[in-house]
Amino acid sequence: MPRNTLNRQLNMVQDEILILGSMVEQATRAAVGTLKSRDLREAKLVFEQDQIINEKRFAIENAILILMATQQPMARDLRTLAALLEVNTELERMGDYAKGIAKVTLRMGEADVNLPMVEIDQMSELAVGMLHRALGAFIEENANVAVAIPKEDDRIDELFNTAYSKILHEMVANPSTIDNVNLALWVIHNLERMADRVSNICERTVFIATGELFEMDGMDEEDLNV
Amino acid sequence: MEDMNQPSKYVIETRGLNIFYGDFQAVKDISLQFERNRITAIIGPSGCGKSTVLRAFNRMNDFVPSAHATGEVLYHDQNINHPSVDAVQLRRLIGMVFQKPNPFPKSIYDNIAWGAKMNGFRGNTDDLVEETLRQAALWNEVKDNLKKSALALSGGQQQRLCIARALAVRPEIILMDEPCSALDPIATLKIEDLMRELSQNYTIIIVTHNMQQAARASDYTSFFTMDTDRAGIMVEYNETSLIFTKPKDQRTEDYITGRFG
Repeated sequence: MPRNTLNRQLNMVQDEILILGSMVEQATRAAVGTLKSRDLREAKLVFEQDQIINEKRFAIENAILILMATQQPMARDLRTLAALLEVNTELERMGDYAKGIAKVTLRMGEADVNLPMVEIDQMSELAVGMLHRALGAFIEENANVAVAIPKEDDRIDELFNTAYSKILHEMVANPSTIDNVNLALWVIHNLERMADRVSNICERTVFIATGELFEMDGMDEEDLNV
Repeated sequence: MEDMNQPSKYVIETRGLNIFYGDFQAVKDISLQFERNRITAIIGPSGCGKSTVLRAFNRMNDFVPSAHATGEVLYHDQNINHPSVDAVQLRRLIGMVFQKPNPFPKSIYDNIAWGAKMNGFRGNTDDLVEETLRQAALWNEVKDNLKKSALALSGGQQQRLCIARALAVRPEIILMDEPCSALDPIATLKIEDLMRELSQNYTIIIVTHNMQQAARASDYTSFFTMDTDRAGIMVEYNETSLIFTKPKDQRTEDYITGRFG
């Protein structure tokens, strides 16, 4: 089969996307971990290492542009590269969410704050798990797997609502800690948005396979609490 | 030319090369370096002198009576136009593949064996034929029909046979002058994949007016255009990935975006 160069370079970009995805997964877990441990050094590290994610995103974008310019991809190859550009941006934004969570830890410092850690932990694990499987399906171009993943977002939305109620109760019960508890809203917001962005990755997987573009997840942040 | 197999970064280099056909200056002041085991493409509009420059690398312009050159073409730091240089020997080391496939009207086997024997090959001819046909990615398609006439092959196969024939005399550099312009898109992509394979062992310089081909297949690209006096000049030379994403010269940008030429 001709087009060895295109195939080889495409595989290289896909590998880089998987690496970027792993970096985001790791940053998210580490950021949520610092909320519990209040390890400020670790939180600072997660915060600073977002820069590496940003740089990798630009490097991947550059590689994709060069590939498009030099290899003239068509049809499925073109859709794959367009989708890779999109997913690259989604991952970078998810990295920003992890950074935002690390920033919350840094703001709270060692203050005694009653956080809904059970829900936060579960949201984080679910979101990271969804991301991991979504990226796997994306690289394998497996639309069947990708279609099923956004449905899991419902569970994250439930956890978001539970955590949201707990945070409000805490604000009412302990008004003196309101500044810090308020920061917890950022955390659950970031995790909820992260899952929404996983749905976007799944949409791109279907796009590669079928050429169709549509929103898979009816409920996103803007639909909540209406 | 005793030291021509010594490794050096640049296999061929031109310094201030001017080529004339009679009074007409075809190319002006070309200074270019070609790296070992890399594919370099020369692109540009018709008449910009890219084939003229390519033919200067193995003294094919010697066959054009009105052609003469000033400046230098260095092959491993030796001026190839020096009287001591044997042009026939030079063309063995710097082979050429042409626009239109031009196999001899002989069998596939003889197309390779004949040229090699003419060039003093003394080894096992069967092995040579197989080895070069494999290198040219043609072996699997012709191995059961080596006695068949080369003219019965498809255009793409004929061109790969011509590449195999060029490889059979063990060159160091392969010059390609529009090698795919007579081929269909799939045969073209096969030749491009083959070029990538061959670049592990050979240095390839390709002239093409198909800039998409230069983008796909080369490591470095040189863009030529015509000066106001119609002489060919080199505008820009850089890594292919840079030429096609952020060229430095506006004339290159205009050409590769299809706004000129």
